Amino acid sequence: MGQITLENVTKSFGETQVIPPLDLDIQDGEFTVFVGPSGCGKSTLLRLIAGLEDITSGTIRIDGTDATDIPPAKRGLAMVFQSYALYPHMSVRKNIAFPMRMAGIDAAEQERRIEQAAAALNLTDYLDRRPGQLSGGQRQRVAIGRAIVREPAAFLFDEPLSNLDAALRVGMRLEISELHKRLATTMIYVTHDQVEAMTMADKIVVLRAGHIEQVGSPLELYRNPRNTFVAGFIGSPKMNLIEGEEAARNDAHTLGIRPEHIDVSATEGAWHGKVGVAEHLGSDTFFHVHETGLAETITVRAPGEVNFRHGDTIYMTPRSEQLHRFGADGLRIG
Amino acid sequence: MATKASRSAARVMMAPAVVLLLGWMLVPLIMTLWFSFRTYLPLRGGDQGWTGFDNYVRFVTSSSFWPAISTTLVLLIGVLAITIICGVLLAILLDQPMWGQGAVRILVIAPFFVMPTVSALVWKNMFMDPTNGLLAHLWRFFGADSVSWLSDVPMLSLIMIVSWQWLPFATLILLTAIQSLDGEQMEAAEMDGASVLSRFFYIALPHLSRAITIVILIQTIFLLAIFAEIFVTTGGAFGTRTLSYLIFQRVLESQNIGLGSAGGVYAIILANIVAIFLMRIVGKNLD
Ligand SMILES: Nc1ncnc2c1ncn2[C@@H]1O[C@H](COP(=O)(O)OP(=O)(O)O)[C@@H](O)[C@H]1O
Ligand SMILES: [Mg+2]
Repeated sequence: MGQITLENVTKSFGETQVIPPLDLDIQDGEFTVFVGPSGCGKSTLLRLIAGLEDITSGTIRIDGTDATDIPPAKRGLAMVFQSYALYPHMSVRKNIAFPMRMAGIDAAEQERRIEQAAAALNLTDYLDRRPGQLSGGQRQRVAIGRAIVREPAAFLFDEPLSNLDAALRVGMRLEISELHKRLATTMIYVTHDQVEAMTMADKIVVLRAGHIEQVGSPLELYRNPRNTFVAGFIGSPKMNLIEGEEAARNDAHTLGIRPEHIDVSATEGAWHGKVGVAEHLGSDTFFHVHETGLAETITVRAPGEVNFRHGDTIYMTPRSEQLHRFGADGLRIG
Repeated sequence: MATKASRSAARVMMAPAVVLLLGWMLVPLIMTLWFSFRTYLPLRGGDQGWTGFDNYVRFVTSSSFWPAISTTLVLLIGVLAITIICGVLLAILLDQPMWGQGAVRILVIAPFFVMPTVSALVWKNMFMDPTNGLLAHLWRFFGADSVSWLSDVPMLSLIMIVSWQWLPFATLILLTAIQSLDGEQMEAAEMDGASVLSRFFYIALPHLSRAITIVILIQTIFLLAIFAEIFVTTGGAFGTRTLSYLIFQRVLESQNIGLGSAGGVYAIILANIVAIFLMRIVGKNLD
């Protein structure tokens, strides 16, 4: 079981309030991702749940029981740190065994769980090495192995992939998702990378300056961003946000349209502008369009074979059913 | 340092230092070896020629030799134990955020800047003096008889004085080591269910092992040669005669340079044995 509830939780460091009153409900078995820009309080929130920081006020419940004053080790949660935090002087085997040793689990059971975790994480050949002799991806797996053997109620990950190179990151992302499907244990995953959030999450929590901006499934956030912040944060490349005349004509303060919801043409369309940088990904091409009179830059996605040169005039037509309208307060209209 | 040119340039530039250092070490070493094989009594006939291994045999068979060795080792081990145990604890304490941290750190390091002779004299006269010393006052305040530290418990007193001098060094090295301990490792251990003590023994202490090794090696080198502290406190009486003090007595008090030099060679051998032995023990941590 791993159901976690935050009620009115706040956190201040001295005078500065990092987390204003916040409520959140995480269901058992859910893969929840906290996403937001750097410094928005994601790690702090995770550390509050872990018990590594004391909350300033409010209540944390784990499986219904008040865990606010329970020390970290007793909360039944396992954490994977950004720096992996492996014990450098212990072999991989001893690293993985450490939490079990502290819990006084008998040697045979320890051995069984280590073998099982090592097999699941492809670490069997490395059990007698030191962390210093492993690659980044392997260290990451050891850190996960050390978390798994505790059989925790929930896993907490703090930007676990940010120290890995791009290719490895994609691989580990899949492995962690795979692990979640297999264990069906609650996982809370912190990242500033919205791609990780979109690809892994059952539920995304978008944070800004300690506030929850929106909670929902990846597609909910993509289709119905609650405000301009979420609209700009979720999706890649970013949603175009247009203000002024064009927005007013649509009865909105800000008009949002995703690059993939704009059709392009060389001859006719609702909007036009000059092509700046073109990013060719093969399957798609992204054009950054200037001098549109709408916003500084409008980004559009076109199929890979469409070709415009730098400085060409491009015509763009937004799909009207995909337009997002936001009021002056930034909130979604309709 | 990869190309041939840069390597030979490096050699040329290092040569003066190497030659100077070699001369610095080799000349006294060779002179010691030379004198150790001769009968050389400056006040009783001067250099009287070769004696073979006589000096070596006499030095070892003298009744003061083995007691001097054991005194040396007791002093060494006592001071190492105290400085490392207290050094680790002090380093952990100083690593905690507290008010006036900078001033406290300077105070802790201060004893290291006091010359050995001075600190030994301060201890002897201001702390350990049986009638006027601070410790005597303290003992009497609690109704106990004051202790004549330097004659009743001479080795303990000596170990205290020397430890007081070397504790700052150990603390300083261990403090820098503790500051480099990754906070997330400690938090990971906390989440893994390790108690404060387990975290100390399983995480902090292994992290410190390299620094402890360095402290042991450097202190050993200096502690084997301790002299001033003994000279100004007990003058080698009450069983505080270490090997280096014995050599001093042979050369200056007995005016026998040959015999003293033989003792010097034994001291070199002892220092090397101890150093190799210690490196073996702690070398396992240095990977
Ligand atoms: N121990 C601390 N003391 C003071 N301020 C802190 C501390 N930890 C974090 N903060 C502040 O809290 C804010 C949120 O930090 P953090 O949770 O680490 O952000 P994120 O993980 O989202 O990048 C930051 O402004 C940071 O400066
Ligand atoms: Mg963070």
